[in-house]
Amino acid sequence: MSQATPTLSRLRHSLTPWARIAGLTVCALVTLGPVIWTVATSLRTPAQSFDLPPQIIPTHPTTAAYRGVFDQIDVWLLALNSTLVTALIAVGQMITAGLAGYAFARLEFRFKKPLFGLVLATMMVPLQVTIVPVFLVLKTMGLTDTLLGLIIPAFPTAFGTFLMRQYFLGMPKDLGEAAMLDGAGTWRIFRSVYAPLATPGLAIVGVLAFNYHWNEFFRPLILETSSQNYTLPLGLVSLQGNLGTGSISVVLAGVVLSMLPAVAVFVVGQRPLREGITSAGVNR
Amino acid sequence: MTNTQVPDSQVPNSQGPNSQGPPVSSRPATPSAAAVRPSARDRGTRLLAALFLAPTVVGIVVFTVVPIIGSVVLSLFHWNVIDPPRFAGGANYRTTFTDSTVLVSFRNTLLFMVLAVTLQLLIALTLALALNGRMPVWLRSVFRSAFFFPLVLSAASISVVMKYLFNQDFGVVNWLIGLVGVAPVPWLTSEHAAMATVILVYVWQQFGFSFLLFIGGLNNIPKEIHEAAALDGATGLRKHLGITLPLLSPTLLVASVVGIINALQVFEQPYVLTDGGPGDATRTVVMVIYERAFEQLDFGEASAVGVLLFALIMAVTAVQFRLSRRFVHYQ
Repeated sequence: MSQATPTLSRLRHSLTPWARIAGLTVCALVTLGPVIWTVATSLRTPAQSFDLPPQIIPTHPTTAAYRGVFDQIDVWLLALNSTLVTALIAVGQMITAGLAGYAFARLEFRFKKPLFGLVLATMMVPLQVTIVPVFLVLKTMGLTDTLLGLIIPAFPTAFGTFLMRQYFLGMPKDLGEAAMLDGAGTWRIFRSVYAPLATPGLAIVGVLAFNYHWNEFFRPLILETSSQNYTLPLGLVSLQGNLGTGSISVVLAGVVLSMLPAVAVFVVGQRPLREGITSAGVNR
Repeated sequence: MTNTQVPDSQVPNSQGPNSQGPPVSSRPATPSAAAVRPSARDRGTRLLAALFLAPTVVGIVVFTVVPIIGSVVLSLFHWNVIDPPRFAGGANYRTTFTDSTVLVSFRNTLLFMVLAVTLQLLIALTLALALNGRMPVWLRSVFRSAFFFPLVLSAASISVVMKYLFNQDFGVVNWLIGLVGVAPVPWLTSEHAAMATVILVYVWQQFGFSFLLFIGGLNNIPKEIHEAAALDGATGLRKHLGITLPLLSPTLLVASVVGIINALQVFEQPYVLTDGGPGDATRTVVMVIYERAFEQLDFGEASAVGVLLFALIMAVTAVQFRLSRRFVHYQ
């Protein structure tokens, strides 16, 4: 073991950041590679869709594949279904989680602790364990193979409630106390003092709900049997049959189309999305 | 091994529904001097609380609590939806323990869980630590966005994409490894490779979640600690192993608990990539629940498998929290 000379160690220190950045760049390319390839291939002609090496910049860019998607599945209908389901769930979750979160954070009532414990405990229950009885409950309500059957069970959100409770707990107590001294009732304190401050927290709940339910596959697969009630992910998996027609561009064009809203949310709502994901890491 | 009881759904560190605490009432039982008359405000508050909680609590009872009980009850019956249910006792569970497909699916799922979560945490931690070093602010945010981008995509449609990329004959992956002289791998069609492919596709999509948790955890470590460590001559790997990791241990716990709970429920990737094949090589527990219930209309056995999965998730989580008492350091 020779002692490293000062110059050597300085050299090593100036080198490592570059090595690190180079390594991170490679990892980022591997992460984004499949997505880049998907977009590039969706713009190729069907004949070129299998070309290797894959053309990252298509030589003859064409939107033929996108037209193919519209020919083969009713993209507008699927997109409308997905949008309806996702938007209504997101709004519903913001309302239910906002109200329940406020009650748990700021109101006093009997059985508060056990009730909150119940809400937290349901976070541990995987969807697949309850899916058969939920399916039967929906069947008795006559809601299988309807969009409503997908929407209503998703309204209560344990995680969203937990998040909003944290959010309201983080707000200064004396705001409410000041309003109380001014004679405001419980409802007025909520309505005029705390609710207006809750928007960023609600944005997190909404963005998370949008992201999760836009991509959801398992519940629609079970609940929606007729194709006019399909959501986008279901339609895409059924598009796979195209492999026989000798073009994967069409399927990939469908993937790109269905990704667009998710990417838009990623661009616009990156911060609430990140906060929502990391808030799962709050010590519960 | 015939213990088919569902464990208490008690989450460690939180009050489970069956925890033995006295019901905490915020109202003193006897009116104290402060509350001479039970004011209208208190009644109003209680009413408001009830209204605010109703949608969430009713929803959770109807769509989670009742279905859990329903699953346990269903698992004790033979039922194919068409004929009336017949009481089965433990028959569904006995079938489950002798059904090779079910047993293989549990083995696959556990193997998947161990490998996928380990890989996911390692990749996420390495990238988070690398990103924590010195670099321009804009570059850091570019990297951060890139690493969590896959998380916002649909697992089902990404699996469709990956099915093409991993195709043995025309897939880009085999073309790429061919460039460095490796023979084409039957990623989706050989028993050993298929599970590896499912793991790779799953981790590619999921590592961003753990990565974000680690980034958050690293940001919470006070700078002074690193400065002090640097003064004491701790550098590089030693600094990370001796100082950063213990400080990150609460985050590591959360990342591994959530990672494991998610991994045990894997469905989309094997369903789309391999449909559980070749043979049963990538069939997972959730796939079996789906097939039993909605393809074979055997609701009893599907529920029994579901109850067992729930018990498994509870057991694994309980073990983790037990272990964490020894290894997790809270500042």
